[in-house]
Amino acid sequence: MSAAGQAGEGALAGLKVIELASEKCAWAGKLLADMGADVILVEPPGGDATRNYGPFLADQPGADRSLYWWHHHTSKRGVVLDLTGEPGRARLRKLIAGADVVLEAEAPGALAALGLDYAELSRGKPGLIHCSITPFGQSGPRKDELATDLTVLAAGGPVWMNGYDDHALPPVRGLGNQGWATGCHYAVMSILTALIYRGVSGEGQHIDVSLHSAANVTTEVGSYGWLVAKQTAQRQTGRHAGSQPTMPSQMKCADGRFVNTGVPPRKPAEFAKLLAWLRSLGLEERFPEAVFLQMGAERQTIDLSKIGQDQELTTIFGAGRDAMNFIATQVSANDFFLGAQRAGLAVGAIFSPEEAYEDEHFQARGFQVEVQHPEHGRSFRYPGAPYAMQRGAWRISRRAPRLGEHTDEVMREIGEL
Amino acid sequence: MPTALGHLRICDFTGQLAGAGATKWLAAFGAEVIRIEDPVTMGLWDILRPMPPFVDERRGVDFGGGFNNHNVEKLGITLNLRTERAREILAEIVKRSDVVSENFAKGVLERWGFGYERLRQLKPDIIYVSNCGFGHRGPYSDFKTWGPIVQAMSGLTFLSGLPNQEPAGWGYSYMDHTGGMYMAIAILLALLHRQRTGEGQWVDMACTDAGLTLTGTSVLDWTVNGRPARRDGSPDSNHSEHPAMAPHGIYPARGDDEWIAIACRSDADWRALAATIGADWARDAKLAALAGRFAAQGALDAQLASWTRGFEKYALARELQAAGVPAAAVAKPEERIDQDPNTNEFGLWPTVKHSKIGDVRVDGLPVHLSKTDWNMERGAPCLGEHTELVLGRLLGMSPDDVAKLRAEGVV
Repeated sequence: MSAAGQAGEGALAGLKVIELASEKCAWAGKLLADMGADVILVEPPGGDATRNYGPFLADQPGADRSLYWWHHHTSKRGVVLDLTGEPGRARLRKLIAGADVVLEAEAPGALAALGLDYAELSRGKPGLIHCSITPFGQSGPRKDELATDLTVLAAGGPVWMNGYDDHALPPVRGLGNQGWATGCHYAVMSILTALIYRGVSGEGQHIDVSLHSAANVTTEVGSYGWLVAKQTAQRQTGRHAGSQPTMPSQMKCADGRFVNTGVPPRKPAEFAKLLAWLRSLGLEERFPEAVFLQMGAERQTIDLSKIGQDQELTTIFGAGRDAMNFIATQVSANDFFLGAQRAGLAVGAIFSPEEAYEDEHFQARGFQVEVQHPEHGRSFRYPGAPYAMQRGAWRISRRAPRLGEHTDEVMREIGEL
Repeated sequence: MPTALGHLRICDFTGQLAGAGATKWLAAFGAEVIRIEDPVTMGLWDILRPMPPFVDERRGVDFGGGFNNHNVEKLGITLNLRTERAREILAEIVKRSDVVSENFAKGVLERWGFGYERLRQLKPDIIYVSNCGFGHRGPYSDFKTWGPIVQAMSGLTFLSGLPNQEPAGWGYSYMDHTGGMYMAIAILLALLHRQRTGEGQWVDMACTDAGLTLTGTSVLDWTVNGRPARRDGSPDSNHSEHPAMAPHGIYPARGDDEWIAIACRSDADWRALAATIGADWARDAKLAALAGRFAAQGALDAQLASWTRGFEKYALARELQAAGVPAAAVAKPEERIDQDPNTNEFGLWPTVKHSKIGDVRVDGLPVHLSKTDWNMERGAPCLGEHTELVLGRLLGMSPDDVAKLRAEGVV
């Protein structure tokens, strides 16, 4: 386990970011803060609403006990400002005057009404980068629609793609507020791109991120199947949606857990490895089609385009898939994963998040990091770095701010206290 | 309009979506992205090259619709790295590049003699970003992945499903898209670090690491409270998670396989929804507060579904929005692409010109930068389309030089 991450000063050290607290931009702020940016999170009196999002430490609600808050606001400092009054707005302006980046997710026009939009803030400060994240963008006919993570993913396409072969069941939204996360990824890419440009030109700019657009261009063949060939992908259980049905690739293993059996063997060497694995498990006798695996292994080449025409080849290919599915029913999900991967076949165990987190691979990569919570007199284990940078490395510099924790400190820095 | 990244050159070995998606971003903002491809295997390092969808009956490595989508605005050259001469040419390109990007299995680039140490000898401040499912370190680093495997291993597949059903997972490679985004972020971070310090570096990016950060609140519930996500009734992913909302779900609408998403964020949202429904069951005092609606969520869903079933999904979504309730039709591809005025006004589906395919629409980017916005005009490169151009412009070779290399099997 690594202590809070990797060593050295982050790639964004020296960068000051002012983030107006919102669930829609929180993840973007975290990605910048964990890279060393000084991210100052501005909350209204009483705190941001997401402080009330569960789960909570020991299941006891409280402004400083939300694990959702803990996860999304690491490495930031927190201040409380009342932006409904001019004194609070003046302080925010002063804060922004000394900052590089503004990150916010206010409704279109809301900041303009307060005199805090990009046009105002960038006056006399041409290097300012101001990133706005909204459900439907700053303009456009749907800009004022109400949205949650669920409705953005429904309107934007991902929901249509996920679900079950049985279309009497509704399509499914994956958990984790991934609609917000995807918009935030694009926001971070945009901010970093704008920073590189500022580095060569001195100029800042405004960035308009649409969560609905972000979902729309993140559905793989869902979009380009229609754009290119007017094909509509249809959802299927545990595998890619497709305009044509495909064979199942999710199996329940002997321990009741599921695996993704991946792409069946397609090369003679893969058939040989699969057969060897079947034998090592002592299962060859119970799989009569093993003879076809032998035939696959002995072939010079396997021409996938002949499947469906060449009967022997079709049988061999089907036996490969059937063998994978058969083995899955005989072993645990983890043994299936390890056995198939050691045979060179790309399969996966469907881990729950805690199973992944405790797995030896992620541990060996230093993914488990300890973050100190001084008020609790202990540290907690957090998720680690999304990328292992050698220099300017990722690091959680502090746990998420308690409500108003850094108000005095930050006000002193700008001469307001 | 100036470009944000026009001063940068990327020596790009990426393929599929998890890699090519990253350099698509860089190219759209003006970086010169040079795809290096293998002439012997017809560029099939990237298996999407000949894959459907297709615009018409033409097939082959220059006609894959997904490949075109992920590789707009890039240049493409071929180098047969089995030959000494091609490796010399690659070395010269690396010397003139800011970034080397790849998403091969671990060790492929090293075997050709272009591991990080060599890259650094060629260009001391080079930025090398490798992206593979399990990364280049750790017990699984020799294992193979693709998007759905990454999603399975990082907890994301598990967290997408209905109670008492097997995992629904993701009907597309969410983590190929997202892995590409993290790869782009890593490249941009490394460029900023170089801008500040002059230092290059190697970034070891693992898509499974990135995926696991996206399930972080569940991870903390485990590490802090000891509560596993694998428990009875979990996941229940159409119901609310953070924050608690009810009703919250995807409900049937009029027609075959038509659905609408509805989320009541507050008691006020529920009152607005109940008034729109206008039936006795919706006026039940027990449903007035969130706790009551939560306790009755199953029955509430059934009653709501029996009501939504009578309405066309877009009409109902408009009515609920007007009443102040977040709602949206579950959009099919044709609806969100051809019939949604918002995506079109945003310019989300630009038409690019591909040398062989012709004019074709692609996924744009969901952002607009006021001074240096993205641009997509040129389609993906045909195999070797820019070999002559790039070797001429970068290394001063004449068309005759390149013709000779071609005859010798170097390009």
